[in-house]
Amino acid sequence: MSLKFGVVVFPGSNCDHDAYYALRKILNYDVEFLWHKENDLKQSNVILLPGGFSYGDYLRTGAIARFSPIMNSVINFANKGGIVIGICNGFQILLEAGLLPGVMIRNNSLKFVCKDVYLSVENRDTIFTSEISSDKKVVKIPIAHGEGNYFANPELLKELEENQQIIFRYSDAEGNVTENDNPNGSQLNIAGIVNKNGNVLGMMPHPERACDPTLGKTDGTLIFKSIANYILN
Amino acid sequence: MFKAKVLIKRRPSILDPQGVAVEKGAQHLGISNIKNTRIGKLIEFDVDLTDRTAAEKEVNDYCSKLLSNPIMEDYEFTLSEWIPSGEEVK
Repeated sequence: MSLKFGVVVFPGSNCDHDAYYALRKILNYDVEFLWHKENDLKQSNVILLPGGFSYGDYLRTGAIARFSPIMNSVINFANKGGIVIGICNGFQILLEAGLLPGVMIRNNSLKFVCKDVYLSVENRDTIFTSEISSDKKVVKIPIAHGEGNYFANPELLKELEENQQIIFRYSDAEGNVTENDNPNGSQLNIAGIVNKNGNVLGMMPHPERACDPTLGKTDGTLIFKSIANYILN
Repeated sequence: MFKAKVLIKRRPSILDPQGVAVEKGAQHLGISNIKNTRIGKLIEFDVDLTDRTAAEKEVNDYCSKLLSNPIMEDYEFTLSEWIPSGEEVK
C-alpha cells in the first residue's frame, strides 16, 4: 500500500508548512495540502490537522474549524478506521469534533508556553509510537500553546487509563511524571491521547518541529515513521 | 423577529484559570472581598422568525451545536420579540 499524508489547511493554520516540510523534505513521504473548503481527501491515507489558530480561536479553540467542509470527510475517514493525527490546534479541533474525548482549557499559568519538553511514552503498542524503542524512556518535542490544559471528568480519566489511551505525559528527562514538569495544568500530565480504536491521535507537542536535525532534535520523526511503518507493512 | 441574549457559563466543576487570575488582579487593587470569579460569555443576535417555539428551537440548536461546548459549558437564553422598526413588543 502506498503512503500519502494529507495536511489540512484551515484559515489561521500556521504549522501546515512545517508539517509539509518535515514529511516531504526530511522524511521523503508523499504529502499534499487539503484546503478546508474541499471535501476530497485526495487519496491520502493519513490525515494531519496542523497547529495554528484556526478561525482566530474565536468562540473556543477549534470550535469553528470543526464545521469546515473538509471535517465531514475527515470524520467519516476516522470513523472507518482512517489514521488521523491532530497536533496542537489540530488536537483542539479533534476534541471539538468529538473524535477524541475531553476538552482543552486555558493553561493554568495563563501564559503562552513555548519550549522543549520531555514526554514519557506511556504506550508503545500503537500506530503512532511503535518506532519508539523501549529503552528510550522519553521523547523531546517542543510545545507552543496557550490553551493546552487538558480536562476530563474522573470517569473519563479512568477510562483513558484503563484503555491505555494516554500516549504521552509531560515528564522530566528521565521519564518521571511530576507536577513540576506539567507546563499547563493538564490532568494526569496528559500531552497526547488516542481514541478507543487507536486510529486517531491528538497531541499538544509539535513533532513536526522536531524532525530536521539542523534544529538539534529529531524525536518527532519517530511518530511519523511509526505511522509510515504501520501503513507500509 | 426576536432578539436573543445567550449567557454561556463554564460548569462549576471546571476550573476557570481566567477567573482566578482576574480575581488576583482585584486583590492587587485592594478590592479584597471578591470570591469565586467565573468568566463566561454573553452573545446577542436576532432570530428572523415570528413563532416563539420555532425561535427557541433555532436558538437551542445554535447554542448546543456551536456556541457552547456541552462538555464544559452550560447556557441559558432570553428571547424578546421586536419589530424591525425598533419597537420592542414584549
